[in-house]
Amino acid sequence: MTKSRAGFYFVLPWVLGFAIFTIVPMLSAVYISMTDWSIVGNAGFIGIKNYKELFQSKDFYHSLWVTVRYAILAVPLTIITSLTISVLLSKNIRGVSVYRVIYYMPAIVSGVAVAVVFKWILDPANGLLNGFLQLFKIKGPNWLYDPDWVLPSYLIMAIWGAGGGILTYLAALKDVPKDLYESAEIDGANAFQKTLYITMPLISPIIFYNLVIGIISAFRKFTDAYILGGIGKEGDFYMVYLYDEAFSKYRMGYATALAWVLFVIILALTLFINITKKYWVHSN
Amino acid sequence: MENSQVVTNGIDKKMRHYRLIRILKKVLLYLVLILGSIAMLIPFYWMIITSFKTEADILAYPIVWFPSEFTGDNFKRALDVVPMLRFMGNTVFIAVLKIFGEVFISAAVAFGFARFKFKGKNILFMILLATMMLPYEVTMIPTFIIWTNLGLSNSYVPLILPAYFGAASFIFFLKMYFETYPRDYEESALMDGANYLQIFIKIFIPLAKPALITIGLWAFMGTWNDLLGQLIYIDDTAKYTVQLGLASFSNMTGEVLWGPLMAASFMALVPIVVLLLFAQKYFVEGVKMTGIKG
Repeated sequence: MTKSRAGFYFVLPWVLGFAIFTIVPMLSAVYISMTDWSIVGNAGFIGIKNYKELFQSKDFYHSLWVTVRYAILAVPLTIITSLTISVLLSKNIRGVSVYRVIYYMPAIVSGVAVAVVFKWILDPANGLLNGFLQLFKIKGPNWLYDPDWVLPSYLIMAIWGAGGGILTYLAALKDVPKDLYESAEIDGANAFQKTLYITMPLISPIIFYNLVIGIISAFRKFTDAYILGGIGKEGDFYMVYLYDEAFSKYRMGYATALAWVLFVIILALTLFINITKKYWVHSN
Repeated sequence: MENSQVVTNGIDKKMRHYRLIRILKKVLLYLVLILGSIAMLIPFYWMIITSFKTEADILAYPIVWFPSEFTGDNFKRALDVVPMLRFMGNTVFIAVLKIFGEVFISAAVAFGFARFKFKGKNILFMILLATMMLPYEVTMIPTFIIWTNLGLSNSYVPLILPAYFGAASFIFFLKMYFETYPRDYEESALMDGANYLQIFIKIFIPLAKPALITIGLWAFMGTWNDLLGQLIYIDDTAKYTVQLGLASFSNMTGEVLWGPLMAASFMALVPIVVLLLFAQKYFVEGVKMTGIKG
């Protein structure tokens, strides 16, 4: 490696960007969260009033609950689904690259279009899903128009998009040494034991990675919720609530306080999962 | 004699039994994979078929799986409500300018981190890693306020300009890529009198071409699929992107026009799907190399 100041000049754009787009906004965010700013007019300093209001707000707890229960169910479901697909795909399949694209596609094509398509699929009267259930003489629920079925609607969509993890899982599965399985077979291990004692520990770092990413993105869920909604506020995810406070009600101070709380939650969860790491994640 | 016959028969039977189970397992495996694939593809089918259905077929009960009559009306009506082609042009405009900055500036920063020693480098790199963990949402509102005060909200500047300071995850990815090359790469060039900028542009950029294409694709996806950032900054309908156009179409009050809405969604997805099919290799390679963007 060359010892030279030239290196610093190459790094400089990012250092400037970090100062302008991270340090300055973060410091201002501390201040803004303690004001009653509404875009127009001046910001009045109100101390920790926004935080006090937030922790007494029903809507805050409700949106947090909507998000948490989604995360608790969606994250494990997607991990199990993509892991299962990956294990199946790693078994000498003919045309594996075709399946790989098919399963990976939903993860790439996120965005409004997919949310809109799901809104149509979940349409109670003319949607695909209830039309499919009709084939078995089952009367499908009202999905997004029935408070009890809003969460399952979101879970269906989450499972459909679960394939995003398969590329990392497949790469990890390929790296598991074959002779480990062979010697386990000689010792009389069955398929289930091989999965539990060889495959799982060896790919646990990837599961860990997908768990962290999954939780963070569940807490940041916005696009789907913004488009799909859900009756009785059951689709009011945290970020939708934050967006509404900031850009519909122009309560910048309060919304910034919400953003800080979100940040602390994500940070705490990430740290917590990191602590559990030593109990279940294999390391060399 | 008789006994050994019985034994081989038994082994034969066992072998046949074993083979049968293996075949059954294979059949089951393919069955699961195919059913899964159908589940993955059917939303796309439903979207495409709906966009070519007549209004009567769309609202028919029980649902029409395959229409007897096809129409292009939905596309015409969709284009009347949302000028998708214009919005696509806007999105591509933003994406291209953004990608250019994100790719080349990130590469330059990564080059600095990977090929040089300088004071404070390790601390700076640690900070870079930390910013990858920082959710965009925390800085979103203050950044919005800054751009508004500069009079630049409702323009593409807030969406594009930050890209010219590099993107942390891309820098991280390219740093690892650049580190794989031995030192002689720049040494012989330095002897020939080249400066570092020339070395970066003439040697390392060409070397990193596959990696640059990969992050370019990610950057394009990011821009094409992003709603929140664009929603915050763009108010003018004329400046709308694909995501904004679709979102406003979908959230319109009144009866939902499923046919035109699906036609518009179809138009929004085609570029992405085509890109995925053609550039599959780069996506797979990129994920394999780092694991970012699972």
